[in-house]
Amino acid sequence: MKRKQLIAAFLQFLPEEAVLYETEELRPYECDALSAYRQLPMLVVLPRTEAEIIKILQICHAEQVPVVARGSGTGLSGGAQPHAEGVLLSLAKLNRILEIDPLACTARVQPGVRNLAISEAAAPYGMYYAPDPSSQIACSIGGNVAENSGGVHCLKYGLTVHNILRLRVLTIEGELLEIGSEAFDSPGFDLLALMTGSEGMLGIITEITVKLLPKPETVQLVMAVFNEISLAGEAVANVIQAGIIPAGMEMMDKLTIHAVEDFVHAGYDLEGAAILLCESDGMAEEVASEIEQIQAILRASGAIRIRVARDEAERQLFWAGRKAAFPAAGRVSPDYYCMDGTIPRKHLARVLEQIEQLSEKYNLRCMNVFHAGDGNLHPLILYDATQPGELEKAEAFGARILEICIEFGGSVTGEHGVGIEKLNQMCLQFNDAERNLFHAVKAAFDPQALLNPGKAIPELHRCAEFGAMHVHQGTEKFPDIPRF
Amino acid sequence: MQMQATSDYLLQAVTQAIEHKRPLYIRGGGSKDFYGNSQAATSQHTILNTTNWQGIVDYEPSELVVTARAGTSLADLEKLLHEQGQMLAFEPPYFSTATTLGGCVAAGLSGPRRAYAGAVRDYVLGVQLLDGQGSILSFGGQVMKNVAGYDVSRLMVGAMGTLGVLLEVSLKVLPRPETERTLCIQTSQPDAIHFMRRCSAEPLPVSATCFLDGRLYIRVSGPESAVRTAHSRLGGDIIADGADFWESIRDHTYSFFQQGKSAEQSLWRLSIQPTAPSLSLPGKQLIEWGGALRWLLTDKDTDATIIRQQAANAGGHATLFYGDKTTVSAFHPLSPALLKIHQRLKQQFDPLGIFNPQRLYPEIQPCKPI
Repeated sequence: MKRKQLIAAFLQFLPEEAVLYETEELRPYECDALSAYRQLPMLVVLPRTEAEIIKILQICHAEQVPVVARGSGTGLSGGAQPHAEGVLLSLAKLNRILEIDPLACTARVQPGVRNLAISEAAAPYGMYYAPDPSSQIACSIGGNVAENSGGVHCLKYGLTVHNILRLRVLTIEGELLEIGSEAFDSPGFDLLALMTGSEGMLGIITEITVKLLPKPETVQLVMAVFNEISLAGEAVANVIQAGIIPAGMEMMDKLTIHAVEDFVHAGYDLEGAAILLCESDGMAEEVASEIEQIQAILRASGAIRIRVARDEAERQLFWAGRKAAFPAAGRVSPDYYCMDGTIPRKHLARVLEQIEQLSEKYNLRCMNVFHAGDGNLHPLILYDATQPGELEKAEAFGARILEICIEFGGSVTGEHGVGIEKLNQMCLQFNDAERNLFHAVKAAFDPQALLNPGKAIPELHRCAEFGAMHVHQGTEKFPDIPRF
Repeated sequence: MQMQATSDYLLQAVTQAIEHKRPLYIRGGGSKDFYGNSQAATSQHTILNTTNWQGIVDYEPSELVVTARAGTSLADLEKLLHEQGQMLAFEPPYFSTATTLGGCVAAGLSGPRRAYAGAVRDYVLGVQLLDGQGSILSFGGQVMKNVAGYDVSRLMVGAMGTLGVLLEVSLKVLPRPETERTLCIQTSQPDAIHFMRRCSAEPLPVSATCFLDGRLYIRVSGPESAVRTAHSRLGGDIIADGADFWESIRDHTYSFFQQGKSAEQSLWRLSIQPTAPSLSLPGKQLIEWGGALRWLLTDKDTDATIIRQQAANAGGHATLFYGDKTTVSAFHPLSPALLKIHQRLKQQFDPLGIFNPQRLYPEIQPCKPI
């Protein structure tokens, strides 16, 4: 079907302002938060109801038109990058909180609802929604489900997959799947887990029931300064080994500390090589005892200074620094490239050492901030896109970091997703049989591969080409990884 | 050498099953033989015994991760964790001492702590499996956060071995609480359900709840001081043998569950919206998980349709746990749309239908077993 006919078909049931096709209207949709990659969609539709989405999907399915779903567009891996011959399905208008049930500890929401808006709506009941990606002020819950988003609280309270109960999902044929339920489990395969983090490849989410948690009675934060980053890493292991699961445990290296302190004035110690923020929450007695223990462990692990936030305002200020790490990077460098890899925590020091060596090799600075509790690294590679070759160097640097994460038994993405950004590295993390099974899973939901094509799971030929790129002097980099 | 022999045995068994298109019945310790639809093995069917495929592959207490082979005894695994002050937070049911890690994950059942700490699927970080084409595949891993590819690891949880043979599982583990105290309050069923819900909506360190015979049992766990405060807020009398009580609920050795195994009665597991009011069904009920799990002990002739309808009306589903499964399916029927997805997934993972036909939903079989 030609573009014009498709527009006409959509205008049969959508108002004019819900179908965008002029270039200037499409421009805001050409990328998500990974702005290095841009692509205008054929057209954008902004439905308001599930019924409208069903019709859109039925038309696209009948006409074999690709469909890319998009929430708030805050994704960092190009997962919502439009398809040139496809329809971009914005779910932004499905933004209502349908129900909050404080006794069941649930909220039923539409996919376009912002993550933070759920906690705000639950606050009068003394409850909140735990997964808190840094972009929570803007990101939508549908996108969180699509990417299985995490955040500071995930070590203790889990990722999105641990905090949702039920989804309404439309297949590409426009058929409704009710996945999960208001109960704690459902018969059959765990499709709720399969759908979470599937990057819009398996279905279109139209409604989500999330779990709410009671707000902890007390929250307290400890900030510790270390002279060596490896000591801070060991301190993290020591806290956990002692049987404490902090509500949040975040680390920043020296470059990051300086960048954010200039920006936020959080009162960070500029002398140390690393700052560790460690939060405890729970009943007052629980928190008091944990904070005592945490301080003792951090001291014994070599912290040179320890501060417990005096009050809620200071606690917020300490966090404000960590949460401003990304914009702070933007202040000290014209451009930055944010990576997202995960490693077993025990390898932290060695991985950071290798990142430092790469920083020298590529002559690019790298700020390291990470969710220390769960080994999720976010190296921010600083570069200047106006300098010829710097973007390519930053990308090569970033790719190498992900490869290191795999070498140390980790993953190429902890919370940002694969999108289009990490397709090559997926060829290293998974062998061809495993990737084939991913394609098979996709085929079970979307046999004609119309939903978000080209994302998340690389095609075999791409991996063959990528693999060939890494044969150096006849020696493969990862000989133990099966290839074809 | 022994592990090599076991590995060869598993691989050969699957390869031969593929070659002859002959079903394989995956079996660990057999502690959950009763669970799911019956699948009596005949001379043409092979039992794939996984119990020799055992051993801890990796355990790092400070990483909060343990990786073990599927045939590892759950008791051995938990003993090891216990020595390091850690635990499987979903409190898996044993049903017998023979239970294995693979069976625990494949059945996907969780114990009394589930409503407060999460289910087995919430703790699975990665799996290695043998699929229906004889390939050994790994998904997930040993890290807490990993969103690369589809979550095939968790898809295996509760799949009853219909999608592949679990070889290895990596699980997140948690520290064991310093203290536990079980409180008992005399109350009615409607009041108990409401009380349980209030407990869940407040920041209290509750780790299990159970109501039966006019008594509400609440377990609180955590640092001594927090447990004491929680007790003073909740009220109730301390039960001396709290640990034994929860173990008997978890493993169904408690008399209520034992009656369910008798020839005259059936035991149904109703997983429903926790706030659902008391269900009016013939028989006796035991309520767990803050109201979300209702066990129904009823006469074996009680109409399954009525039980399933009530469970569905209460936002959930009903499983025939112990009872005659020759005429009633163990698991709640799937909607046509969901059944279609199940059939297609089964087709992709196990195109010849060799793994555990009948056990979950016979209708997902891609072809009729010989």
